[in-house]
Amino acid sequence: MKQPERLSVLKTYKLFVGGKFPRSESGRVYEVTTAKGQWLANAPLASRKDARDAVVAARKAFGGWSGATAYNRGQILYRVAEMLEGRRDQFVAEVTDGEGLSKAKATAQVDAAIDRWVWYAGWSDKTAQIAGSANPVAGPYFNLSSPEPTGVVALLAPQESSFLGLVSVIAPAIVTGNTAVVVASQKSPLPALSLAEVLATSDLPGGVVNILSGRTAEISAPLAAHQDVNAIDLAGADEALAKELEIAAADNLKRVLRPQAVDWVADPGTTRLLAFLETKTVWHPMGA
Amino acid sequence: MPVFEYAPAPESRAVVDIAPSYGLFIDGEFGEAGDGKVFKTLSPSSEEVLSEVAQAGAEDVDRAVKAARKAFTTWSALPGSERAKYLFRIARIIQERSRELAVLESLDNGKPIRESRDSDLPLVAAHFFYYAGWADKLAYAGYGQDPKPLGVAGQIIPWNFPLLMLAWKIAPALATGNTVVLKPAETTPLSALFFADICRQAGLPKGVVNIITGDGSTGAELVAHPGIDKVAFTGSTEVGKAIARTVAGTKKKVTLELGGKAANIVFDDAPIDQAVEGIVGGIFFNQGHVCCAGSRLLVQESVQDELLDALKRRMSTLRVGDPLDKNTDIGAINSAEQLARIRALADAGEAEGAERWAPQCELPSSGYWFAPTLFTGVTQAHRIAREEIFGPVLSVLTFRTPEEAVAKANNTPYGLSAGIWTEKGSRILWMANKLRAGVVWSNTFNKFDPASPFGGYKESGYGREGGRHGLEAYLAGAAEPTSERRGYLPPEAGGQGEGEHDR
Repeated sequence: MKQPERLSVLKTYKLFVGGKFPRSESGRVYEVTTAKGQWLANAPLASRKDARDAVVAARKAFGGWSGATAYNRGQILYRVAEMLEGRRDQFVAEVTDGEGLSKAKATAQVDAAIDRWVWYAGWSDKTAQIAGSANPVAGPYFNLSSPEPTGVVALLAPQESSFLGLVSVIAPAIVTGNTAVVVASQKSPLPALSLAEVLATSDLPGGVVNILSGRTAEISAPLAAHQDVNAIDLAGADEALAKELEIAAADNLKRVLRPQAVDWVADPGTTRLLAFLETKTVWHPMGA
Repeated sequence: MPVFEYAPAPESRAVVDIAPSYGLFIDGEFGEAGDGKVFKTLSPSSEEVLSEVAQAGAEDVDRAVKAARKAFTTWSALPGSERAKYLFRIARIIQERSRELAVLESLDNGKPIRESRDSDLPLVAAHFFYYAGWADKLAYAGYGQDPKPLGVAGQIIPWNFPLLMLAWKIAPALATGNTVVLKPAETTPLSALFFADICRQAGLPKGVVNIITGDGSTGAELVAHPGIDKVAFTGSTEVGKAIARTVAGTKKKVTLELGGKAANIVFDDAPIDQAVEGIVGGIFFNQGHVCCAGSRLLVQESVQDELLDALKRRMSTLRVGDPLDKNTDIGAINSAEQLARIRALADAGEAEGAERWAPQCELPSSGYWFAPTLFTGVTQAHRIAREEIFGPVLSVLTFRTPEEAVAKANNTPYGLSAGIWTEKGSRILWMANKLRAGVVWSNTFNKFDPASPFGGYKESGYGREGGRHGLEAYLAGAAEPTSERRGYLPPEAGGQGEGEHDR
C-alpha cells in the first residue's frame, strides 16, 4: 500500500503586540496569496482597536527601551540579526511567494535585509556622536546637545519590499530607543508576521516593536490621529493616503516622514536613523 | 524692605527716525500693497501710532515669492565665501546701528530698553556672525558632501523678539543659499522694515530678502503659496498645527517653533537667592512673552515657604513702566489683545481656586500693562498650569521627590524647555535626561546663543534653530527634494513656473 504524502503543518499567522501573539480582537482575517493568486495563508485583519492596543504596548515599553544603554540596544539588535540568519530559508520562501521573485532574487533581498540589520545594530552607540554637539557659547557655560528618541513611532512598512523594506524602516527607528507600531505590507504581510517570531526570541523587550497586518488605510488612520503617537513614517502610504494621514498627524504635531522613492537595496544613509530623534540641549554654568 | 527711588533715565528716541509709512520690501524696493491697504502699528506703552505699514495681499505675496525665486538662481550659485561676506556685513551693520534698532524695538514691542539693548541686539548680530561663518563650510556640517539649499523659504515670525526671530530665520537661510520671504508679526513690523534698509546698505542682491507686512491672512497666503519650498514659523501651537495641515501632501519642508509651558524645578538644596533670580528671569524676562518662559514653578515642598518669601520680596523690587527707561525691568504688554488674554487666564486662575498675589505696583495710565503676578495653590488641572499664558504670570506647584517633579514637569503637551535648580550634579544629569524638553537649563534659565540649538519636543514644534543643527532646516538631505531636483525652472527660463511645486 502506498503511503499518503505527508500533510504539512500550516502556521496560524498572528499579530504581535506587547511581546505576545494575539489574533485580531475583531476576529477578522484576510486571505494572503502569492503574486499569482494562490492561497498562502490567512492573516489577521487588524482593527482600530488593535492599533490602539499596540500604541499602549509601545508607550509602555518606551521608558525601558529608551533608558537602556546604547550598548545593550546594539547587542539586542545584533541578536535579532543572528536569529534572522537562522531563519533565512523561511524568509526567502516567504519573499519568493509574496513578491513573486525568483529564488535567487529573494535570497538577495533577505541577505541584504540581514546585513542591514547588522549595519543598524552598530549605530546604537554612534548616533549620539554624529548627531550631537558640544556648543561653544559666548559665556561661562557648559552646553551640550544630544539626540534622544522621539517616542512611539508608527511605521507604515513599504508595500512592495515586504522584507528588505520592512527591516529598513524598523531597525533605524528602534535602534535609537524609539518604540514602534508597524503596519505590514497589506499584500505581503507574512514576512512581517514571521519577523515578529524572530523579535520575540531575541531578547527584545515586549512592546518595543508591535506588528499589525491588514488594510493599511484602516489601521494607519487611528495611528496618525493618536495623541500618544509621536511620529509617523509614511513609507507604505500612497499619495492620497499620505496626505490624509499627514493632516491627521498635525493634530498633535507628529514628526512626519513623507513617502519618498527609495531604492531599498542602496546604502540607506542616515536619513531614517535621524528622522525620529529630538535634540536636547543642556546648559550649566561654569565656575569654581 | 526699602524700595529705592530712581529718577527717570530714559534712553533718547532721537536715535531712531521712523517714517510715517512703510511699504512692502519686494525685489529690493519698497512699494505699496497691490490693493493699497495699510494698517497702523502702535507703541504698546503709550498707544501712540508709530507708523502705517502696508497690508500684503495674495498678489503681493505672489510678487515677493517670484522675486525670491528669481534671486535664488544667482544667490544659490554664489560661492559660499561670498554669501558669507554679505552676512558678515549685515552682522557688522547691525552692531553699528544697534542702539537705533534697540530703541525702535522697545518702541514697537514694549520691551525694556535694558533687554533690547543688552540681550536682543547683541544676539541678533551674533546670529548673523555665526551663520556667516557656516556659508562656506557646509560640506563639513554633516549633511552630506554637497548639501543643497531648498529654494525659497517662507518665514513667519512672532512679536516677542521681532528682530531676533528675524535673525534666527534669515541668517541660516541665506548662509545655506536659500532666498526668503519674511513676514514679521502684525504688531511689530518696524524692525524687519529697518532690516530691509540694512540689506540695502550691505549691498545684498535684490530679491534675496523680501519683507512683507500683514496679519495672519498674509501669513496663510505665504504658507499656501505653491512657489515656496520651505516654511519656517515661530508662534502659537494652534497656528503651527494649521500650517502643518496646509503643507500636508506637498514637498515643503517645515520647521515649527511653538508654545511652551516650561517647568522650573527648585530642589531643597538649591541656592535660594540664585534660584530666585533664575525664576524671576525665567518668567518676567520680556514681560513673560517668551515661548520657553519658566511659567510653572515646581518647588520642593520643604523649601516652599522660604523660597516664596524670597521670591515675593524680589518681585516687589521689579520696576514696571516706560520701556525706554533704563531702570525698567518689565515693559508693556505687546497688544490689547494679548493683555486681554493674560487677564482672562489670570481670572480663570482665581476662579479655579488658586491664590493670586502681585506686588504693589503703579501701572501707567495709558498703554497695556500687567503687574508681575504669582499664583500659589495651583493644581495640575488648573488652566494656568496647562495653558501658555505668554505674560508675566507664574504658577507655583509643589513636589516631594525627583520622580514626582519629572512626572509633573512632563505632564504637558508642550516640551520646549525646563529648568533645574540643585547643587547635586548627579541629580541634574538624571533630571536632564528624564525631562522631555528641547532645552534644559540647569542652575540658570533663559540663556540663548547662536551656537546652541533651540527647539521643542512634542507640541512645541519640530526642527532646531541655532548651531550646526539649525542648518538642517534649510538644507536638502541627499534624498530630499529641492527646487533643482524637482526640475524646477523659473518661468522666464521656459519652465512652467510655480504650478508644478504642488503635487
